[in-house]
Amino acid sequence: MSGEGAMTRRIVTGLAATILLAMGLATTAQATGGSSVDERHWGFQGIFGTYDRGALRRGLQVYQGVCASCHGLKYIAFRNLQDVGFTEDEVKAIAVDYSLQDGPDDAGDMFERPGKPSDRFPSPFANENAARASNGGALPPDLSLIVKAREGGADYVYGVLTGYHDEPPEGVVVPEGMTYNDTFPGHMIGMPAPLFDGSVDYEDGTEATVEQMAADVTTFLAWSASPEMEQRKRMGIKVILFLIVLSGLLYAVKRKVWADVH
Amino acid sequence: MAAPAMNNRMIKWFDDRLPIFTFMHHQMHEYPTPRNLNYWWNFGSLAGVMLVVMIVTGIVLAMNYTPSADLAFGSVERIMRDVNYGWLLRYIHANGASMFFIVVYIHIFRGLFYGSYKSPREVLWWLGLVILLLMMATAFMGYVLPWGQMSFWGATVITNLFGAFPVVGDAIVTWLWGGFSVDNPTLNRFYSLHYLLPFMIVGVVVLHLWALHTHGSNNPKGIDTKGPQDSIPFHPYYTVKDLFGTAVFFIVYAAFIFFFPDYLGHADNYIPANPLVTPPHIVPEWYFLPFYAILRAFDFDIWFMPAKLLGVLAMFASILILFLLPWLDTSRVRSGTFRPVFKWFFVILIIDCVVLGYVGAKAPNDPLIASEETVAQENEAYNACVAKADAAGKVGEDECDRPFVVQYVHLGQLATLYYFFHFLLLLPILGRTERTLPLPTSILEPVTKHGAGAGK
Ligand code: HEC
Ligand code: HEM
Repeated sequence: MSGEGAMTRRIVTGLAATILLAMGLATTAQATGGSSVDERHWGFQGIFGTYDRGALRRGLQVYQGVCASCHGLKYIAFRNLQDVGFTEDEVKAIAVDYSLQDGPDDAGDMFERPGKPSDRFPSPFANENAARASNGGALPPDLSLIVKAREGGADYVYGVLTGYHDEPPEGVVVPEGMTYNDTFPGHMIGMPAPLFDGSVDYEDGTEATVEQMAADVTTFLAWSASPEMEQRKRMGIKVILFLIVLSGLLYAVKRKVWADVH
Repeated sequence: MAAPAMNNRMIKWFDDRLPIFTFMHHQMHEYPTPRNLNYWWNFGSLAGVMLVVMIVTGIVLAMNYTPSADLAFGSVERIMRDVNYGWLLRYIHANGASMFFIVVYIHIFRGLFYGSYKSPREVLWWLGLVILLLMMATAFMGYVLPWGQMSFWGATVITNLFGAFPVVGDAIVTWLWGGFSVDNPTLNRFYSLHYLLPFMIVGVVVLHLWALHTHGSNNPKGIDTKGPQDSIPFHPYYTVKDLFGTAVFFIVYAAFIFFFPDYLGHADNYIPANPLVTPPHIVPEWYFLPFYAILRAFDFDIWFMPAKLLGVLAMFASILILFLLPWLDTSRVRSGTFRPVFKWFFVILIIDCVVLGYVGAKAPNDPLIASEETVAQENEAYNACVAKADAAGKVGEDECDRPFVVQYVHLGQLATLYYFFHFLLLLPILGRTERTLPLPTSILEPVTKHGAGAGK
């Protein structure tokens, strides 16, 4: 072999090939279907990204005040809010506002009780049929995973929430019970425009424009889809720094061991 | 090969009765290895590392996973949210499957370039292919376990393929499903097999290594080692080289796990399985895309064979012909380094496989070159022509030229044809006709101006 220069070159080519292969194939895999979505910048993107705590609080307010009447959030427990800056007392206060069915008690009866931090957000409808019956046949999906469950992620959800018009574009006939939406595939969505300026009264005094509320609730839903993200990225940075140092050391050892062979 | 010196009396006592330490010393320590292996030879041990990673994370996932159509999706979310570091385990496992395939594909193409399948390593090559088939089955069934939309519909599409076989097809499909559709019994048997197959892979890996150690590694020059001067002991030379390679590889792997954990997956798999809603595009994981393209390349019947059967046969054939490769490639020179024409066809084969993967991700009948609008216009013109002819009392379909649109499936057909051409026609002929470069007389001989031995 012609020395370490050639070897380094080979590592680089090898690595580049692996990455290209992965990326190339992945992009192809992703490139299918879906209407295009405008990209926005989110604070939780990038390897150092975190969820904006203010946006999370406001997003919770939008979810509770607007979306919760139709959409569940069943994978999120009240106590999870403590991971993103809510105090124990705040969480308790949020939980007790809900009345949940529990039981059976000793007599075999179901009963209602106030929510506890360990409970999950209750779903608004008893079952799928009830949900459809109240929504003109359309099913409002549970929102816990929505940001991960749609091509385009947060940009897509934001696009749906802000994609409504007062009137549909000229010449487009919108069937009864449907609304025109720029982002939703096929443009006919069963969800009436949920957000209007001032739909919620933000506790922190932020002005509740449609864009503001859409961005806030999308941030909140991004968190509910990937609550582990901040921990994951922090750990990732440490792991990768460690691996880079380890690779460097192992390379030095390797050169030393191989010195007499070359 | 003498027994290693043993200082510890207990170890010596044990080794006299069961020479496992001697065995390990021979196979993992002094095992003579060609001194000129390049970094492409790292991918074998990397595959072994990935197998261990998959089994360890898989077993811990299995402690928290519930194989039931009603609970599976929720149990995976529980792993992601409530199990300590469950998200880490699952992301290691899910991305690990992709990494495992990248590594194994590189490992296979390494073999294809350096002629590692040639005598006396045919059985070694076969065992590798058996591992690939087992891996594919394992990964396919693993992907069903989270019971999302892609899990469910992927399972439906792939199991339905067996229905293409005449007479027994439908019975096989029902048998695979354990019922009349993909449902709870399907999930349960896939889980059971997903747990079993990796251990079968371990068994075949042992045979693979046994076959390897019988004749030793091939090397970039593709010539046999002639004596002790051509080899170095595996340890410490290749242990440290493999460790270094593993650390570098883990950087890439970790980047996916921690920063882009869902990049290689499909968003639809975060929607719980729903037999009543078919996703608009059912696509398999990226590592199956080239095979998926071959499967769908057949959109025409030949004689009595329906398109679906042809597709299934071609898909299986694309791997099965590799079993015959040692005889299809008639060249007596192993390494592509000394085969100036083969080298270029090797590059074309790689491009061909990437093209197949690309086509596999697309809807087959989408236009390849023309824009959707042009196609719509042409179709409109055609329909208008037909309507006019029909109104005039003629048969419109005979009178008008149906617009021909180049679609993805056409590219897929071309690429499929090329794939089989490469193995079935090109290699047998090239081996007989190609003028190869002079082979070096030994591994130790200094590298010539022609760049022999440099990694390609
Ligand atoms: C009046 C009931 C109602 C309210 C309030 C409501 N939605 Fe919906 N939503 C629906 C229905 C019904 C659908 C299903 C639409 C369909 O499939 O056509 C839906 C669908 C969605 C979708 C999925 C679109 C897709 O790609 O399938 C998202 C995201 C969404 N809603 C977010 C929200 C958010 C965020 C809020 C609160 C700001 C909200 N919704 C408030 C009824 C509602
Ligand atoms: C050859 C090795 C293996 C491969 C290629 C493989 C592949 C996969 C894949 C692709 C998934 C789906 C991941 C996802 O999208 O969520 C999966 C899930 C799973 N695997 Fe494996 N696996 C292997 C070994 C094992 C072993 C040995 C076990 C257990 C003993 C195991 C247990 C599981 C479990 C419980 C799941 C479901 C949890 C989940 O979806 O994350 N796997 N596997």
